[in-house]
Amino acid sequence: MEVWRSWNINLYKGASIMTLDIKSVEIKPKRETFGHVARRIGEGKSASRYEEATYDLQSTTNFHYRPTYNPKYELYDQDKTAINMEDWYKLLDPRQYYYSNYVMTRAKQQEVAEQNFIFVEKRNLLTVMPEDIKKQILNSVLPLRHYEWGANMNNLQLVSEGYGSAITSACMFHAEDRLGNAQYITRIGLAISENDTEVLDDSKNIWLNDASWQPLRKAMEDSFVLEDWFELYMVQNVVMDAFIQPLFFNIYEQELNTKGGSAQGMMTEFITTWFEESSKWVDKIIQVAASESSENTEILTKWASKYIDIIEEATLPLANNLVDNPELVVSELKQNIIGRLNKNGLKL
Amino acid sequence: MADNNVFLALQAVEEAKPMVEAIKQDNPNAIVENLPAMIKITAPQKLVVKADTMEELIGREWDPQELQLVLISLAGNVDEDYDHFTIYWDN
Repeated sequence: MEVWRSWNINLYKGASIMTLDIKSVEIKPKRETFGHVARRIGEGKSASRYEEATYDLQSTTNFHYRPTYNPKYELYDQDKTAINMEDWYKLLDPRQYYYSNYVMTRAKQQEVAEQNFIFVEKRNLLTVMPEDIKKQILNSVLPLRHYEWGANMNNLQLVSEGYGSAITSACMFHAEDRLGNAQYITRIGLAISENDTEVLDDSKNIWLNDASWQPLRKAMEDSFVLEDWFELYMVQNVVMDAFIQPLFFNIYEQELNTKGGSAQGMMTEFITTWFEESSKWVDKIIQVAASESSENTEILTKWASKYIDIIEEATLPLANNLVDNPELVVSELKQNIIGRLNKNGLKL
Repeated sequence: MADNNVFLALQAVEEAKPMVEAIKQDNPNAIVENLPAMIKITAPQKLVVKADTMEELIGREWDPQELQLVLISLAGNVDEDYDHFTIYWDN
């Protein structure tokens, strides 16, 4: 106590002993969040970053000029799809992705993927992979990089044509994911071929000319010219992916495990976890849009049944390249997507 | 009564917001105080954070260990498992 006292005296020459009392003062913020967010979540509530980064970001009025490339519509126009929503911000992303948590999540997943590639290389898992399996992956999986690139284009189209930042920002992330998938597939091809880039030209040739890939390529190219953006969402993110992703990255890889090709499953780890995760978002969008009105349900059901038939046919020759019982596998994939959609309010 | 209270003090950061929301949903008796840079949640006898509720709120899997990352202090015995984080008093 004495020491303390003299310290004070030394510090404040001639002054009497001072006591310092640290007190915390609570300063209440006048507003918890932006006005436009508060009007949605209720006054006085604190908003999440996702809500602040999503709600009502897109302009809705005062567009001045109609775009010269499509003067039928305003720049952002609710009439660009047959689907009607009273509030387009109901189409929220259950994963609540906004820039920073999206980037952090993907960075973590990429680290894992990177480790897997290092593991495969270190243990020489590709040198022990049988030659016929390598060939099958190069011929029958590598062309999928063009499919993923198409999916990237389609999701960018959704960003450009969609209404409301709730759906468009999630589609932007989805588009980036597709580019990532394409890059992983490419990297697998290069790992197997020991960086011989000719395999990429070959796989493009297969995508363009091999008979088994043409129905899928046609379905993809037809989807590029769809005008209704929600229909495009149905084709690409709901139906096509529900056949292609599980076939190539679950069913086929399980067969590979028994044939000495388990390295493939390690290298596609990102794609499988990504598909599982993004399916939750896809399902939620369909569920919310379908529950809005019976008209929506009807339109979505009509689209779904149309595209399920087309994609089922397009998947069959590809399944034929990969598995022993293609008819059975494709019909199971079909039952899965029908079950998923019916669970989310469609009537298939 | 006051002697029987358990509490959790969490950092007032983005990650803690859904946790507070989940606690409010599952513990109707809990009192939430917003202090400077800290959120203090007090409840009589017991307070539980359920992974299910969290997962519903944040749309992804949630590990109760994530709570440790924003935890400042707590009072009570801890019971932690893969699906919940609970603090309680035995008496």
